Amino acid sequence: MELSFWAGFLISLLAAGITYGTGILFASVGEIFAERAGVLNVGLEGMMLMGAVTAYLTAYRTGNAWVGLLAAIGVGGLMALLHAFVTITLRADQVVSGLALALLGSGMSAVIGAPLVEVRTAPRLPEFPIPGLADIPVLGTIFFDHNIIVYAGLLAAPLAWWFIYRTRPGMELRAVGEYPAAADVLGINVVRQRYAYVILGGMLAGVGGAALSLAITPLWIEDMTAGQGWIALGLVIFAGWNPLLAAFGSYLFGALGRLPLDAQQLPLFLAAPQLGYFMKMLPYLFVIILMLISARGNMRRRIGAPAALGQAYMREERGV
Amino acid sequence: MTTETTVTPLRRTTRVRFERRMEQPRWLRYITPLILIAAALLVGAFLLWLVGANPWFVYTQMATIAFGDMYGWSDTTIKATPLILAGLGVAAAFRMRLWNIGAEGQLLIGAFMATGVALHWLPAESGQWLTLFVMAAAGFAGGALWGFVPGLLKAKLNINEIITTLMLTYVATQWNNYFVYGPWSERGFGLTPQFPKTAWLPRFTDYAAALPAMRGVTAHLGIFLALGLALFFWFLWRRTKWGFEIKVIGDNPQAARYAGISLTRNIILIMMISGGMAGLAGMVEVAGVVHRLQERFSPGYGYTAIIIAWLAKLNPLAIIPVAYLFGGLLVGDDVIQPAGIARMLQGVILFVVVGGELLLQYRVKVERV
Repeated sequence: MELSFWAGFLISLLAAGITYGTGILFASVGEIFAERAGVLNVGLEGMMLMGAVTAYLTAYRTGNAWVGLLAAIGVGGLMALLHAFVTITLRADQVVSGLALALLGSGMSAVIGAPLVEVRTAPRLPEFPIPGLADIPVLGTIFFDHNIIVYAGLLAAPLAWWFIYRTRPGMELRAVGEYPAAADVLGINVVRQRYAYVILGGMLAGVGGAALSLAITPLWIEDMTAGQGWIALGLVIFAGWNPLLAAFGSYLFGALGRLPLDAQQLPLFLAAPQLGYFMKMLPYLFVIILMLISARGNMRRRIGAPAALGQAYMREERGV
Repeated sequence: MTTETTVTPLRRTTRVRFERRMEQPRWLRYITPLILIAAALLVGAFLLWLVGANPWFVYTQMATIAFGDMYGWSDTTIKATPLILAGLGVAAAFRMRLWNIGAEGQLLIGAFMATGVALHWLPAESGQWLTLFVMAAAGFAGGALWGFVPGLLKAKLNINEIITTLMLTYVATQWNNYFVYGPWSERGFGLTPQFPKTAWLPRFTDYAAALPAMRGVTAHLGIFLALGLALFFWFLWRRTKWGFEIKVIGDNPQAARYAGISLTRNIILIMMISGGMAGLAGMVEVAGVVHRLQERFSPGYGYTAIIIAWLAKLNPLAIIPVAYLFGGLLVGDDVIQPAGIARMLQGVILFVVVGGELLLQYRVKVERV
């Protein structure tokens, strides 16, 4: 096999990884916000699916992909609001509420999307090769020749990092998740902050879903996320609640998820097409491996989840 | 550090507060389940209307199809059987606050193992009961293995079992796909050849010669296994020392550790039992209903089992009626378009119950601050 073939294969895989990882990226960055505020939302998959189907339906009906994206943001935020009310105000178990959200979203998106399966003509978000930069030989293809939503993802992760670690509201956010009682004493409204970040997380999950149905794989198929919401959940842990690492992980998964498609041109694959089933397992197995690695790392560094993650905050009671 | 010296004037605003009731009135406790079911149906009706279906029609159709006559009950029993088994498994893990939400994957591997026994690994001339017994054992073992891995990772490295169990579900799907399209496939379609009759769980209709009333009742004897195991688990949790230890671990792991109960061993053991029960559900489904392994043979039994376990408050006996209710929902889903309504309603029911149960513990107070 020629060197140029492999180089081309690798470049297209990396470029595809950045595209395909964008949905996971938005979902995991959103989840980082929610979890940093102390609220676990395992319903990402449901919010992504609802975002994807709403975006597709709205774009199809209105003829405008941007309206579709807005609708997805709204639906994601609404679903997260439901979770916020049940877990923050009513103080229900966060895992159970999140599971309910996931099941609700997957079922409801299937019902809403049933008539859309035949639709192939909904408008898409525009492809946008950045003039000049896109023509740079290798880097141009990998980074600068993408759909517009992919650039938004590339920007979202560093922005989120900067917000969480370098701004005052970001510091308050971390305080709310680490030690809500102390944050409360300092005059931070714990409940309001938690609501806000859970909803923000839902909106971003909605964007992730819309990125799938309006740009990455521009159509609607039932359960089209194929577990990306759950993968994002695992990535957040692997990333140690750091958006930059989560972005890196998302792109890695994008590439892995894309591998079975790209590998069809490889001679090895042509000889044994059934390898495809095992290749499709790779992203999921890789999540487990990443969690193994981060478990060891966390034990060594003694850092990990926000201390108050998963716990409801009650002012009258002694909290963490 | 400067201290704040100016005093901001107090603003009087009205706000709504949710205040936890100190004691629930007795009447409320009794009618809570009724309120919740009614609320879930109402919310479901609203969503059905929203997506363009006629709620009344959907509900009455579903009820008639699932519980209208003996054949309806038979179909519902068929769906309820794997739901009870997997629900018992999920509930076992939830008792210890282990969030095994990968019952679907464990079920798939259980079905895979049972299929292996039925088609390949056991001599064809083995008797029916021996075949079925080995299939059940293999199914349980397969599911247990799928539960063992997340259990081990949780116990030794504290790796989040929600994610590992779910990731393994996707792996299980691909694993089965490989076999039904590859080595075990019938002409490359997504299914294996049919099992020999010795690997079929007897159905009620098979006894029609002796009991003519059973003619056409396709429910299989797996339901007795499910009911028996529900009783077994009820006894295990309520009447044995080990069952009590599991409850202690779930309620207060610290206390359990001080009492000398091994967390590591019990986490792994419970995850294996939990997975094994889901695996058994998979075996029962292929041996009793599908009679082969095929792609997508499960309409998400493993996910529904999560809801069932939670709604039954992890009580093994309560799982039976709840599983029947959801079995009816699945039967209705086979008939009513668009598909997916059952899944949507399941999510609604779980949400309303989780939220509503707590809501009823609160008093809404409007106060001036």
